[in-house]
Amino acid sequence: MANEPFENNVDRALADAQLRKNFAFAMGNFILKRRAVFSDAEQTERLRTIGHAIKQRALSRLPELLEQLEAACTRNGIRVHWAETTAVGNRIVLEIIESHAAARVVKGKSMVSEEMHLNAFLANHGIEAIETDLGEFIIQLNGETPSHIIVPAIHKNKAQIAQIFHEKVAGAPYTEEVAELNAIARNTLRRKFYEAGIGLSGVNFAVAETGTLCLVENEGNGRMCTTVPPVHIAVMGLEKVVERLEDLPPLLRLLTGSATGQLVTTYVNLITSPRREGEKDGPQEVHLVILDNGRSRIYQDPQLRQTLQCVRCGTCLNHCPVYTRIGGHAYGFVYPGPIGKILTPQVEGLEKAGTLAFASSLCGACEEVCPVKIPIPALLRRLRDESYSSAPESSVPGRGCKQNWAERLAWKGWAFLNTHPRLNRLTTALLGLVGDYLPPAGPLERWMRYRSEPKFAPRSLHRRIREEGIADE
Amino acid sequence: MSDTARDRILERLRNAPRQEAPRPDAPASTAADPDRGARVGRLKSLLEAMRTEVHVLPAAEWIPRLREVLQARAIKTLLYAPETGLGAALAEARQQDAAGLPELVAYSETVESFKERIFAVDAAVTTAAGAVADTGALILRPTRAEPRLMSLVPPVHIAVLAAEAIHPSLSEAMQDGRWSADMPTNLLLISGPSKTADIELTLAFGVHGPKELIVFILDD
Ligand code: SF4
Repeated sequence: MANEPFENNVDRALADAQLRKNFAFAMGNFILKRRAVFSDAEQTERLRTIGHAIKQRALSRLPELLEQLEAACTRNGIRVHWAETTAVGNRIVLEIIESHAAARVVKGKSMVSEEMHLNAFLANHGIEAIETDLGEFIIQLNGETPSHIIVPAIHKNKAQIAQIFHEKVAGAPYTEEVAELNAIARNTLRRKFYEAGIGLSGVNFAVAETGTLCLVENEGNGRMCTTVPPVHIAVMGLEKVVERLEDLPPLLRLLTGSATGQLVTTYVNLITSPRREGEKDGPQEVHLVILDNGRSRIYQDPQLRQTLQCVRCGTCLNHCPVYTRIGGHAYGFVYPGPIGKILTPQVEGLEKAGTLAFASSLCGACEEVCPVKIPIPALLRRLRDESYSSAPESSVPGRGCKQNWAERLAWKGWAFLNTHPRLNRLTTALLGLVGDYLPPAGPLERWMRYRSEPKFAPRSLHRRIREEGIADE
Repeated sequence: MSDTARDRILERLRNAPRQEAPRPDAPASTAADPDRGARVGRLKSLLEAMRTEVHVLPAAEWIPRLREVLQARAIKTLLYAPETGLGAALAEARQQDAAGLPELVAYSETVESFKERIFAVDAAVTTAAGAVADTGALILRPTRAEPRLMSLVPPVHIAVLAAEAIHPSLSEAMQDGRWSADMPTNLLLISGPSKTADIELTLAFGVHGPKELIVFILDD
């Protein structure tokens, strides 16, 4: 759907009653669960302040921390690779796989690998990448992409999933019992874990101090992918680095509380090295691929840099009135919802993805819940400005792409009217008389497609104040 | 200088405008430091809320209780680590009473030759290096003697924890244990059996990791 105009995607999503029901149910549920675990408002605020400070501190020292991380990982025996683009990242992963002559990769959930479109790339090179997170497994069976960054198959209900399993998993009966669906996935994937030569995962936090990769999950598939196969490849965006091990406890609380309303995930998996001398299991090789893909450019702008604080908890999606109604696929890119609206235009450029920055009512719910206090609405406004800006110093790709003479002229006219009192009086009086009868045509027609018609007061505020004075209370 | 991806990325980052050093972090909220009894109680109730079976008992009683637990589940093979204190105690108990305990399978080879066995056993028993009371999680530090797959692959994981090793919070566990000076290959927090809510947010247990977690807290 990336190739279709966003508005078409939105229309289609809004017309899909089942989809809207699935999202309304799930998002409402997530909101309640988060609220229950963050019940003490004062404490939550303190925690968010800490989370924000930790990520800001890490970003302020980003180049040093990345070097420190690399040095520590290397010391521990983890091999570090750097990729400027997703294409290079994919190449690196492929080369590692080929050097082990592996034909199959088991994958833990990783949004960065989605960003790289790694599965499709590997498939083109004859390598099967098997998603093992239950949600990812479901959508992979059905040839879909994630619709949510935490619960990728949330757009599907039980009956739809039952049908997918029945059709796509050999020998699976039709069942809507969640426990049975779960067992089908367990049995199918256990063999794959056993046989796979390579395990691939994402990274939630990378600790520069100790060279430790921190992964959180509930299912255990992440641990399987990082422990059973002889080779583990971890991919991360370069913003995932934090300074110290002691930064983890508050960040983990914030991430899990925001993402799923849990106090702690079932597993917190801290990986510091490949199998050491004398150890009996664990991968012999661990590789860390650090991906840039536009992040170092985002980093150039002190305001937009805040985008890189994100811990990918997904709670801004859950609380977003737009996301809840249209779901994740309508956005047409890997990262949906508020975080997608600020991240994607900066990575893909404003010409290609700038529309996303306008798909917001700026209600501010995302900023209110973001565990690391990213001022998402302010960044959305900034990106909207950038679409019209001609400032050469800006680092946003595609800046000024929406500039056009008609709008510029309209604003010039607007400024002229409002800086000439007599003209201003004349036009407001005029609008008061005929404004309500304006034909819905041209830009007004577009505006009114989703909004109620503006009502003009018969007498302007200026005039009323002049005539009636100001009532004090 | 800038002839590798690494150098180019780092150079771009270094050339970006420097931001003023951010304010120091607000002091971490100090969790109330409950006494040992309270810590045991909180850990137990949080683990139980996540479908974990918890037994708090004196050290002398854990093996007899284990026997009951295993028998109730008809467990026939138990993976264990013979070189640990725990493993030695189990082996001895089994010698004295061959009928009471299931067959003990020692994890004494590398996974390359032992994988099939690990994927076939009914249960595994490991030590828990510690625990965290405030969020409710065990700390596992797999070792040469007690490898990583023990707490992951078998469908039932039994963990044995000393009550005095329960820390009030993760931060305190890190500080007391000086983690940053000595991180093992793999360190884990485990708060229950494997679970998922990926289908309609319905909680289901036992996806890819153990279906059951049973914890013995030794409290004398
Ligand atoms: S922007 Fe904030 S709320 Fe949204 S995913 Fe990132 S950290 Fe979570």
